[in-house]
Amino acid sequence: MTKLFATTALVASLAMPAFAVQPAEGETLAENQVYNFWLLDAIKSVDPAKNTDVEGSDVLRQLFEGLMNEDEKGAMVPGVAESFEESDDKLTYTFTLRDAKWSNGEPVTAGDFVYAWQRAVNPETASEYAWFMELMNIVNATDIVKGEKAPEELGVKAIDDKTLEVTLTTPTPYFIKTLSHATTFPVPQKVIEEYGDAWTQPGNLVGNGAFVLTGHNLGVDITMEKNPEYWDAENVVMQTVKGITVNDNNVALTRYQAGELDRVDIPAGQYPRLSQEAPDEAISMPYACSYAYVYNVSDKGPEALKDVRVREALSLALNRDIIVNNVLQGGQKPATTWTHWAIEGFDQPETELATLSQEEKNTRAQELLAEAGYGPDNPISLTLQYNTDENHKKLAIAAQQFWKPLGVNITLNNVEWKVHTDRLQNQDFDIARYAWCGDYNEASTFLDWFRTDGYNSGKWSNAEYDQLMVDAKTAEDTGPIYTRAEEILAEEVPAAFVYHYASVDMISPKIKGLPTENVLNAWYAKDLYRLAD
Amino acid sequence: MFAYIMRRLAVAVPTLLLLIVFSFILMHLAPGGPFTQERELPPQVLANLNAKYGLDDPLWKQIINYIWGIVAHFDFGPSFVYPDRSVNELIAAGFPVTLTYGSLAFVAAVAMGVGLGVVAAIWHNSFLDYLAVGISIGAQVLPNFVMAPILVLIFTLWYGLLPGGGWSFYDPSFWIMPVIALGTSYMASIARITRSAMLEVLGSNHIRTARAKGMPEHRVILRHALKPAMLPVISYLGPVFVSMITGSVVIDIYFSTGGIGKAFVDSALNRDYAVMMGVTILVGALTILFNLIVDVLYAWIDPKIRY
Repeated sequence: MTKLFATTALVASLAMPAFAVQPAEGETLAENQVYNFWLLDAIKSVDPAKNTDVEGSDVLRQLFEGLMNEDEKGAMVPGVAESFEESDDKLTYTFTLRDAKWSNGEPVTAGDFVYAWQRAVNPETASEYAWFMELMNIVNATDIVKGEKAPEELGVKAIDDKTLEVTLTTPTPYFIKTLSHATTFPVPQKVIEEYGDAWTQPGNLVGNGAFVLTGHNLGVDITMEKNPEYWDAENVVMQTVKGITVNDNNVALTRYQAGELDRVDIPAGQYPRLSQEAPDEAISMPYACSYAYVYNVSDKGPEALKDVRVREALSLALNRDIIVNNVLQGGQKPATTWTHWAIEGFDQPETELATLSQEEKNTRAQELLAEAGYGPDNPISLTLQYNTDENHKKLAIAAQQFWKPLGVNITLNNVEWKVHTDRLQNQDFDIARYAWCGDYNEASTFLDWFRTDGYNSGKWSNAEYDQLMVDAKTAEDTGPIYTRAEEILAEEVPAAFVYHYASVDMISPKIKGLPTENVLNAWYAKDLYRLAD
Repeated sequence: MFAYIMRRLAVAVPTLLLLIVFSFILMHLAPGGPFTQERELPPQVLANLNAKYGLDDPLWKQIINYIWGIVAHFDFGPSFVYPDRSVNELIAAGFPVTLTYGSLAFVAAVAMGVGLGVVAAIWHNSFLDYLAVGISIGAQVLPNFVMAPILVLIFTLWYGLLPGGGWSFYDPSFWIMPVIALGTSYMASIARITRSAMLEVLGSNHIRTARAKGMPEHRVILRHALKPAMLPVISYLGPVFVSMITGSVVIDIYFSTGGIGKAFVDSALNRDYAVMMGVTILVGALTILFNLIVDVLYAWIDPKIRY
């Protein structure tokens, strides 16, 4: 643990010992070290290759450990990797693994990572997150997913039991930041081969995390106990971690108040009241997701939205302060950029949207629409599509009201989630509500979305933007590139960015060690401890 | 009677087949699929998934494969959303939960509903009648999605007597609130049906005859009035029993029981085709079965009915 990272420029910033929160002096630990956290829904799978959702990742982070972990501020700290070296061409990473063990006592080897990563891209696994290995730019990942190459050809190699070598197709500045993601966790080959799909059941599951799975009632609860084989077990205070499913946010809050849960999301609109009543429990912190109204600028989209002046006018007229302060009321921030404001190394550009007052913006919006030949005399009719959700509905109604004085008549179109997604992906909409959450703490996790070949549901395309995103991969200093990319988004307005998320929670004051500034909201039960009553 | 039951069971097979085929087609007509998600999957990943679950076959072939799987192996396929679990496993986990709280709620609702209805009818237009009608109207207008959070508020937050949700087969304290929340409005309906049926029967000729020949009142009520008055109640109870034991999405959501009611709704929203089909078939088969049971009970209660 004292061995520091190799000293290239990038790595030096990570040179710190493994992270572990410890009780401060004067704090008395509770006898019963239990942490009960809230799950909104059933955990779909605790197989790292098959998990697709945030709650599943919360569980997986306790059961398994990847090469890297995150600390309470979201910085990368060593996990199974003790140190690593980056080659001069930034294409090869060599990791040295520590003496870690699986929960059955066997050593965690470089081969376990190789197996897990090959398994994730293997078409037979049909992992919904196979794309993550492509995002990491690992050699041959794309071809293997396509079935054109064998999984063994993936650019990951065990030099020996303690040395793992990863080769990339292109320099990837965020590569290290992807290594705390659940898809990259090692999995035990023998156990998977022995039990097949049933390997994820309690009793069968073998992990290398600080906790082991002891119970899982689908849709009811999931229980994990401290893993004595974990390499840093002596610094783990928490004994039992229990995820309790409560399908309704308001009931969850009641059960938090009854002491059954230690952490729950605060239902929309209740933060102001709860932060008055329990200021040390109601906590709002930035959360790396952005909310937007995406314009369909494809051939299938409406004529009016192909005019950048119309797109900008609509964006300017959205009174984001009202949305944030009067509708959401949970510490969210008005969005003037696609990238979440709290993302590391990102500077927001000075745009009209950010600097003008709302009155000035409204006037400007009217001028722009008039220039484009629209206005109350020649109104535009558009539909605004959103998926079923009270908040989306409230925001859509607000947007409808903000746009009405401009002569833009909005028909609200509420559809069920799968229909919404299907229409987004087939460009069957005028304006659609969308949100994106970052996979890693770097601006490209947002900005890649608007690349011509990105998800980009509105099919906006800009050559300079695409080039910037390519340049960013090899640049020494990516900050100005991302700022410039956001400037292009501000000029071209492919979407109206509405707000940046906050994670708004009730957290029991007895639980210590939860991250306070990690915008990805990743937490590790190994860092938690419970204070006595 | 035996021949009648056999005939009904024989008709049940094509009915279920039709149910399967129609549900299957309707389900596939809905936009989106199990793997439609916010992050659009790369085409090759989607193709891999479709191949794994047989979704790349033509629809008719999928239906035939599906039905064959059930007939030959009693295999309802893998869940598309819970990749480590089969539909059989999911139903085996969720159905016992709803069966437990549903049956208990059913028994409670029938006992109290029939009791209230009979009391109200016997003491027609008295204080007891008004009280019983008052209770049943009150119970009826309090839907379970209002009742559930109120129960949690009272029993969990204020008094700390019961766990606010979750499930255990070994600890009845988890059952109480789901049973109350689910059973109340059914109890109200049963009470109203019983009351009106009972009033009608009590005014009929054979009751007057029974009373005229000096039969004790309790025998008149229990033997001659209650039995015929149960006919409309029983025809109501057949489908009600099925819907109670297959769970309520509201109960499952508020009390996080892990029951099958929520699984059914989720499967439709998530396009988890296999789970949705599995639960549809379960509910369909139970409905057919209990309709048959109701018809058999009819013949037993009312000797005038012959099959």
